[in-house]
Amino acid sequence: MSNTINLKKGLDIPIKGAAARTVRVKVVPDVVAIKPTDFKGLVPRLLVREGDKVLAGSPLFADKQNPDILFTSPVSGTVQEVVRGAKRKLLAVLVKADEKQEYVDFGAKDAASLNAESVKSLLLNSGLWPSIIQRPYGVLAGTDVKPKAIFISAFNTAPLAADTDYVLADRTADIQAGVTALSKLTDGGIHLGLNADNYSSTPFHRVEGVIQHVFSGKHPAGNVGVQISHVSPIMKGDTVWTVSPVMIAAIGRLINTGKLDLSRKVAVTGPAAKEPAYVEAFPGMPAAAIAEAFGIGAKTRVISGDVLSGENIGADGYLGFYDNQVTLIEEGDKKELLGWANPIRSHLFSSSPCYFSWLTPGKKYDMDTNLHGGVRAFVETKCFEDVTPMEIFPIYLIKACLAGDIDKMEQFGIYEVLPEDLALCDYVDPSKNEIQYIISKGIDQMIKEMA
Amino acid sequence: MAEEKNTPQPGLFEKGGKFGWLHSTVDAFETFLHVPATVTRKGAHIRDAVDLKRVMIIVVLALVPAALFGMWNVGYQTSIATGAEWSFMKMFFFGLLKVLPLYIVAYVVGLGIEFASAQIRDEEVNEGYLVSGMLIPLIVPVDVPLWMLAIAVAFAVLFGKEVFGGTGMNIWNPALLTRAFLFFSYPSKMSGSSVWINVPGGESTVDGFTGATPLSYAFDGANGLSKLADKGFDLWSLIIGTVPGSVGETSVIAVLLGAVVLVWTGVASWKIMCSSILGGLFVGWLGNIGGVTDVPAYYQLVLGGFAFGTVFMATDPVTSSQTETGKWIYGFLIGALAVTVRLFNPGYPEGMMLAILLMNTFAPLIDHYVVNGAINRRNKRVRTA
Repeated sequence: MSNTINLKKGLDIPIKGAAARTVRVKVVPDVVAIKPTDFKGLVPRLLVREGDKVLAGSPLFADKQNPDILFTSPVSGTVQEVVRGAKRKLLAVLVKADEKQEYVDFGAKDAASLNAESVKSLLLNSGLWPSIIQRPYGVLAGTDVKPKAIFISAFNTAPLAADTDYVLADRTADIQAGVTALSKLTDGGIHLGLNADNYSSTPFHRVEGVIQHVFSGKHPAGNVGVQISHVSPIMKGDTVWTVSPVMIAAIGRLINTGKLDLSRKVAVTGPAAKEPAYVEAFPGMPAAAIAEAFGIGAKTRVISGDVLSGENIGADGYLGFYDNQVTLIEEGDKKELLGWANPIRSHLFSSSPCYFSWLTPGKKYDMDTNLHGGVRAFVETKCFEDVTPMEIFPIYLIKACLAGDIDKMEQFGIYEVLPEDLALCDYVDPSKNEIQYIISKGIDQMIKEMA
Repeated sequence: MAEEKNTPQPGLFEKGGKFGWLHSTVDAFETFLHVPATVTRKGAHIRDAVDLKRVMIIVVLALVPAALFGMWNVGYQTSIATGAEWSFMKMFFFGLLKVLPLYIVAYVVGLGIEFASAQIRDEEVNEGYLVSGMLIPLIVPVDVPLWMLAIAVAFAVLFGKEVFGGTGMNIWNPALLTRAFLFFSYPSKMSGSSVWINVPGGESTVDGFTGATPLSYAFDGANGLSKLADKGFDLWSLIIGTVPGSVGETSVIAVLLGAVVLVWTGVASWKIMCSSILGGLFVGWLGNIGGVTDVPAYYQLVLGGFAFGTVFMATDPVTSSQTETGKWIYGFLIGALAVTVRLFNPGYPEGMMLAILLMNTFAPLIDHYVVNGAINRRNKRVRTA
């Protein structure tokens, strides 16, 4: 607790619709989707056909570049459909679940007695290897890589994010097993980022075999990328891995029980959600399963993940592999007469003192998807630095990405960021530029040219 | 046939429609009236309520006190010069009628070019010129001929802004470029003692009237302070602004009101303002101890366009330094250079314009070194760890 890293920059967006700490719906598996698009850098090779029987943990597709990395079904059932998009790109594999769930048995183990090879093969075979995200670039972890260290952020500061302590309250044993197993894969240790606000109450502070770091501050203090940049910045040639708490718990359960069990509590949040609360669900859950309970209408945008960097999956979409949050907001496709000139506009929040929302600090706002302005060239850029608690110059990194200058991107810290770390720049920019998209294009270019 | 019917026809002013070539213009008026119904497509699904229109309108509002005071001061100066005893309202309306044509010319010419170039580039019209158009009449002498102003505005908008790609891409502050163009092309209308006060044709002036600005007395040879005092320009008249000068620059109080708005809303950087003042004071003080002038350093802040330039011109987010450390250096050098010009170039004592334009030019260089310094420091830190 003594060495709290206090992050002064950042912004907590006061959006309405935090989930109440209760489970309102238990989603029964019906049709479940596994989407190759959830994994950055993946070129999938399909391993099943429509009509094949699968168990929870049976492989559905593999990575073409690295066939050891398998992607498995979270439920047992029948492959119902292989969804393809333009140019036959594999978009999703739909599995129709059986009533009774059957699991592939990977064998229960004692985490402490496993060695690196057995942890690796267990994760690869069970389909949990993709739960490790490799930085730089946020891609699937390489199977022959020994990372500098593994980082886990035990809290999430994103708007309306699921409360990690609540979601994983009864999973302490799983988390410990997962951490112990993963620690075999690196010499740099497991670095656990904890929140100063609930340091002593969170079950995470009792996890053993980790190096603790305590952070305080507004979003994005809970982003693992921000934490890494304060603990051990990623320089050229470094590789680190990150795992989310939810995925660590799944890894631990696999080790403790020998089963692939991805079930998790998912927070259904947002101003358009009726009585926002948690649901018992699993990745690949269809949005339709919660449509009635949470009032998804024709004009509701369904986001898998948080409102800053989540994916718009639509009312017929499926929850992403890594996500434990669904955000529902209204489409803001309404005009507002002389809105920009209106001095008060009390229904809108602005982090800028150009509006008066600083007068009502406790107020939560009913936000929609309106862009609130037209796209312009960069003018006001200090706002980016104010929401980026990292030692980088956001505007220079953004411009390097736009220019496609990989030397400059490298200098300005492209290795340290993923789009999610600069998501707030998207939000605050008065010129309404798509910062996350620009960064993600820059990362794509780095992957292509540095390969 | 059926397919053709189902294809939505573009609207009259949409791309492909009959007047599609006008769509930037129509968009501009449409988005002026309404915040558009555009929704987020990529990236963050929600966005802050603030947009560039809001930022710009704040700057325009911040300029209102200086503009209103400037209008009154135009009438006040004329009434003193001619010895006429005018009421407050008469002074104001006299000034209003003199300044309004400057505004009309600045906005019509500038916005016309902005709309045309947006149309040519097929982009939305940027609202940046709303601020430039508000600034330009405030930094020129009231008597500047309108055709000169029109040419200067056209030059500044075309060659200062549009050739670089519009607002956000320009290197120099467009309003200052207008002034610089006027100054170098028509110096007789921009300096000397006959341009600052409008004396209606046929009217005679009172005895002892010269029309020169306090700045020109203060730095015309030695004993500037006593010359200022001789002409009745004491510190308070300089702060309140009841002196001849460019339309909006004279009143330090009106400028400070604007500064409060800009700093509070975060639209302009207080770091640039503070460091510019520090730079001005520093060189002014060097001038004092070096015996170059007897005008106290703090007079530099209230004379001429120093305050106006520091608050409204140097802080332009597009043309100033982008890094926080860079802002300190950039501002300090503006203040220091402006006063240096005053002390050593009595032929043209108003150094603020040139100081800001020069530092606009060097702002990217300052940023380059600040950013490189930070990168090097970070690399070292990691290596030692």
